[in-house]
Amino acid sequence: MSKTPVQFRHNGVDVAVFVDGGANLLTAIREGVGDTAPKFGCGQGTCGVCTVLIDGEPHLSCITLAEAVAGRSVETADGLKNGPDLHPLQRAFMEHFAAQCGFCTPGMLMAAKALLDKNPAPSRAEVVEAIGGNICRCTGYEPIINAVLAAASAGPGRQRA
Amino acid sequence: MAKHRGRGMAAINYPIGMNLGGDPSQALVHSNPSGKFTVALSSIDLGQGMKSVTRQICAETLGVPVEDVYVDTADSDTGPHCMGSFASRGTHRVGNAVMAAAREARGVMMEAAAEELEVNASDLETDGRGNIHVKGAPHRSIAVKDVAIAAQFKQGKTISGRGIFLVPLSEVDPETGEMSPATCYAHACLVAEIEVDDETGEVAMVRMDSAYELGRALNPKLVEQQLVGGAWMGVSHALYETPEPYYPDPSHGPRDFNEYVMPGPGDICPHDIAVLERPAPDGPFGGKGPGEMCANPVLPAVANAIFNAIGVRINDLPITPEKVLRALKAQGGARPQARR
Ligand code: FES
Ligand code: FES
Repeated sequence: MSKTPVQFRHNGVDVAVFVDGGANLLTAIREGVGDTAPKFGCGQGTCGVCTVLIDGEPHLSCITLAEAVAGRSVETADGLKNGPDLHPLQRAFMEHFAAQCGFCTPGMLMAAKALLDKNPAPSRAEVVEAIGGNICRCTGYEPIINAVLAAASAGPGRQRA
Repeated sequence: MAKHRGRGMAAINYPIGMNLGGDPSQALVHSNPSGKFTVALSSIDLGQGMKSVTRQICAETLGVPVEDVYVDTADSDTGPHCMGSFASRGTHRVGNAVMAAAREARGVMMEAAAEELEVNASDLETDGRGNIHVKGAPHRSIAVKDVAIAAQFKQGKTISGRGIFLVPLSEVDPETGEMSPATCYAHACLVAEIEVDDETGEVAMVRMDSAYELGRALNPKLVEQQLVGGAWMGVSHALYETPEPYYPDPSHGPRDFNEYVMPGPGDICPHDIAVLERPAPDGPFGGKGPGEMCANPVLPAVANAIFNAIGVRINDLPITPEKVLRALKAQGGARPQARR
């Protein structure tokens, strides 16, 4: 089968990858770009570990067509850090013990970033709503919710140029 | 149609580890010439913090800073044998093995330091900050790093230690069948408050209050993390997750998260936890470990709370809305029990 070239912005850098017709964005990011931050959990839109931002909006990359992001900007958890400096959300996740096995973490971080970028001072209910599509097997969610609230009160999420 | 609140309680004893073949775990500890120590294990950290806790145990036993210890669990083919990370055995079994290995390595380290300082090893102590000095004479001191270099390049010694922990095999009493499969037990008590909707059959968690006795909490934050998350897993077992195999045929089982339902962030409730520390005599620094026990009391407490709320006893898990509605129908409606 012939491959289709797709160009998009990946964490602020222009990339081009070849994808199979009908390939999903998660595969394009993990195998095409080589960024394994978004995880493959269920592959059918029910667990949230593959969450990435497309033009700032959270999307489940496992059920997004790779070709749909042509010319758009995609952010993954790998782009949160700035050199050695962690994003306030990453720091808050560490300080609040919001990860155990860590498999849900990249998706949680991106769902939370989408929220904080738009709403720097969310209520608890808004945080719950924002991460409502992300399953965590380990933490019982409480530390994750607290970490997001702490990151919010520690200042607005850092915007990337 | 109404919502009914109920409260239920459960208390449990939970054995740490098992007695299958003595439930052994091994550990190897060695220093490299930089004075940093590596703990080699085949035990797996799956997020519960086993690496952090064994690192602390090793550092404390050696008398060196925790930053100077690295725990390597990379390869169970070539690493020392471990039964595995299950049965709530990690902290206790692996921790004990690490402690034994670190003790042996410390002995070699102190001998090597004694040779450099030209004193008797029994007159030396560690300061926990990376130095070894003569008791009562802190100026007669040598850095662990320099001891490691001397051992490697001058004395021809390996600063290393081997450790294993093996539980004494428990004989079965032929008369009574009695045996003691575990050497120590953790304990927990949990009160669950729930609300049952008698129209939809849904059970919502309102709050949980619990107390856990788990020996010494070697890393209190990790203990708390595991208790919070584990209780939530208990709720998931009690109300959501349907265990395999589905009867009559496993092919009827859930295939994905659409069918294998798990609670989301919107389903949690306040949970107040008290940790009681009774150091276990045979645990590493008194630790037993929270382990699987953190999920266990939730299931009977929730089942009891449902009985308290609507007067039906549901004996198979998970307690799905369908089971609640069927039981209510069979009983002819909710019969709330006295609140305690
Ligand atoms: S992998 Fe995309 S939602 Fe589960
Ligand atoms: S930390 Fe393990 S799934 Fe969330």
